[in-house]
Amino acid sequence: MGAVVNPRLLRALLPAFSLAVLLAAIFWLQPRTMTYFGLNLLLNLAIPIVLATIAQMFIICVNDLDLSIGSYVSLTACIAATWLNDEPVVGVAALALCVLVYAGLGALIHIRQLPSIVVTLGMSFVWLGVAILVLPTPGGEAPEWLRGLMTWKPEFVPFPIIASVVIAVVVHVGLMWSPYGAVLRGVGGNARAVERAGWSLLKAKVIMYALAGIAGAFAGMALVGLTTSADANIALRYTLLSIAGVILGGGEFVGGRVSPVGAVIGAMTLTLAASFLSFLQLNPDWQIGAQGAILIIVLALRVLINRAEGRR
Amino acid sequence: MSAAAAALARLDGVEKEFGAVRALAGVDLTIAAGECVGLVGHNGAGKSTLMNVLAGTLAPDRGTIIIAGTDLSSRYSVVAAHAAGVRCVFQELSLCPNLTVAENARIMHPHLTGLKWRARAGQLITEALDRIFPGHGIPPGAVVGDLPIVQRQMVEIARAFTETDVPARLVILDEPTSSLDALVAGQLLAFVRDFAARGGSTVLISHLLGEILSTASRIVVMRDGKVVAARPAAEFDRVSLVAAMGHVTNQMAGTAATTTARRGEVPRVRARPRPGETIALTAHQGEIVGLAGLSGQGQTRMLLRVFSREDAEVSGSVALVAGDRQTDGVFPLWSIAKNITIGSLKRMLKRGLIDAEAESELAEAWRRRLSIQTPDMRNPILSLSGGNQQKALFARALGSDAEIILMDDPMRGVDVGTKREVYDIIREEAARGRTFLWYTTEFDELMHCDHVYVFREGQIVADLPRDQVTEERVLHASFRADD
Repeated sequence: MGAVVNPRLLRALLPAFSLAVLLAAIFWLQPRTMTYFGLNLLLNLAIPIVLATIAQMFIICVNDLDLSIGSYVSLTACIAATWLNDEPVVGVAALALCVLVYAGLGALIHIRQLPSIVVTLGMSFVWLGVAILVLPTPGGEAPEWLRGLMTWKPEFVPFPIIASVVIAVVVHVGLMWSPYGAVLRGVGGNARAVERAGWSLLKAKVIMYALAGIAGAFAGMALVGLTTSADANIALRYTLLSIAGVILGGGEFVGGRVSPVGAVIGAMTLTLAASFLSFLQLNPDWQIGAQGAILIIVLALRVLINRAEGRR
Repeated sequence: MSAAAAALARLDGVEKEFGAVRALAGVDLTIAAGECVGLVGHNGAGKSTLMNVLAGTLAPDRGTIIIAGTDLSSRYSVVAAHAAGVRCVFQELSLCPNLTVAENARIMHPHLTGLKWRARAGQLITEALDRIFPGHGIPPGAVVGDLPIVQRQMVEIARAFTETDVPARLVILDEPTSSLDALVAGQLLAFVRDFAARGGSTVLISHLLGEILSTASRIVVMRDGKVVAARPAAEFDRVSLVAAMGHVTNQMAGTAATTTARRGEVPRVRARPRPGETIALTAHQGEIVGLAGLSGQGQTRMLLRVFSREDAEVSGSVALVAGDRQTDGVFPLWSIAKNITIGSLKRMLKRGLIDAEAESELAEAWRRRLSIQTPDMRNPILSLSGGNQQKALFARALGSDAEIILMDDPMRGVDVGTKREVYDIIREEAARGRTFLWYTTEFDELMHCDHVYVFREGQIVADLPRDQVTEERVLHASFRADD
């Protein structure tokens, strides 16, 4: 290990570095964001995106891809803004059913050896349809306790930062530190090897999909807590944002190489990128393209680091 | 009943079919405690299938499996095998490349949990590595994907000997030394003998007959899905073993004279391992040039450098026969024919599209030439046994119009018969003017080369013309004087 800078370490630090650069740029453009309330406003919308990204990360960890997470989060948001508010028991039961369906999708994909992209793409229309049935017109109301939680203003550290850290730590401990977490990640690395060691792949996939369903349901609830009302199309863009977040956070599409901390940071970076572009007073028509450009720059940096690693 | 009681594992009348192929045609095998059984046979003889049955990863169609006196036939599985202390090191690596060495050890042991599991797993695998491969230098926190293939293989072997709640009673080693160099392979074989002396049993599959003869206490020979001979190792020698496997012994065939004098003309390949090195590798038309030395000493990098023409003077088109089939050889979802013809697509174009007839003709021609064992070249490549997959990769390179063929230790885990066939074809093709650059870890293969370069630590340390190539010289150059 005689190298001056270890490329592996560099790659692990890249997501945090990108976030820091973006944050510094925002502070420089708009120094007022450097306050408690500024940060709160800046990062508020990051919480549901972080949760959706974590959900996507569970799926990517077992070499699948979830194209339905956006419409799923929309549905859970609609449930949270209607049933969960009016009749909490029904609401909780409905959300639990959603998680069960997610787990069932994992089982279906594994047993029938179906491509996850096809199954989840199909399911995205199902989730959307159900969301429209639950809430035909935009509206509904967030439960009081949920709104209270999402607008909570603890002393010193803004809530979005606390929430992100808690999410990152909990998932990191569960997936990266726990003994069964190693098995789950192993499924993404070499499923056959895990199976040959006597583990059930079916169980692993079901668990990962169920975890994704739980994280997605939390994302919908968090979103409703912030916006106070819902809409069947509220989170459709989360599908691509969550994939971008996982990749931006150092994850890879195949091979079980994911990082919960990285995914959280990646999701925050994407949220901040949007704010950064508004502060630049860029024409909104160009903003999505510029967001893409930020993504390309960060991923290009990663390729450069990977190349340096390969050359060693 | 004393014989049955002493038997650790007993398979009776085990049969297994894959479609039309009868992989196991009623195999009986008994393994006693403290015995090292050498299992030999040419590719496709059913060795790996039999070991998969014994390891619990493949359910046989018929037959009984008795482990430690209990009939487990109906409920045998990997879990049951592990509970009985049966472990297997599979031919293709079974590690998760995204996990660390310690985490891979944990995957073998369901009961390795609790707060300090990572430290205990690291300790477990390090102890096993220390016991088997002293001086291995593999940190338990290293990510397996970052390790070279030699160390990955060492980790996988050591993992099979780690023990938590169940002791390792029977360890199956399927081609364990195929990626190891002589030194490390020697450490492993010494450990296997020691393991047997302490009452542990092993099944050793290897195509290096010397390893089998020196290590196994009993040798079982398989042919066409059946056991054809099972006798104490002392009753076999190299010749009788090869005879039992069903191949004609013709030990001197490889050493038939070819031109040794280097032609005066301009070489086709001229490359240095690093800029500024004194000895450069040169290869002329019609030459077979060997790249020798311990594994992983820069030979593969040299081949890749010639392939990409990086700091190398190369005249002529180049094709590569990959050594690591799984990662850079086969297209696993394609048919055998498509795997072969991918190297020659340009020649098979008809009005800008691929001519299906020319494609199947080329594939068929190479099936006959290399006797690839399959009923239909349109079958998926993974339906072939390992050795036959390798033949398909040879066909891809030889079937192209490349003038220079690079071979990255392609004979790993290939049986003697297949090897002979391929050697003959290599010599034939060289006589037709093709140039071969051949990295090999097996000494016998160097005897087919016109010129041999020995690599050590990324440098060429010896440049031996054919008449000077002896095992002693190559070994001498491979190890530093202070080793």
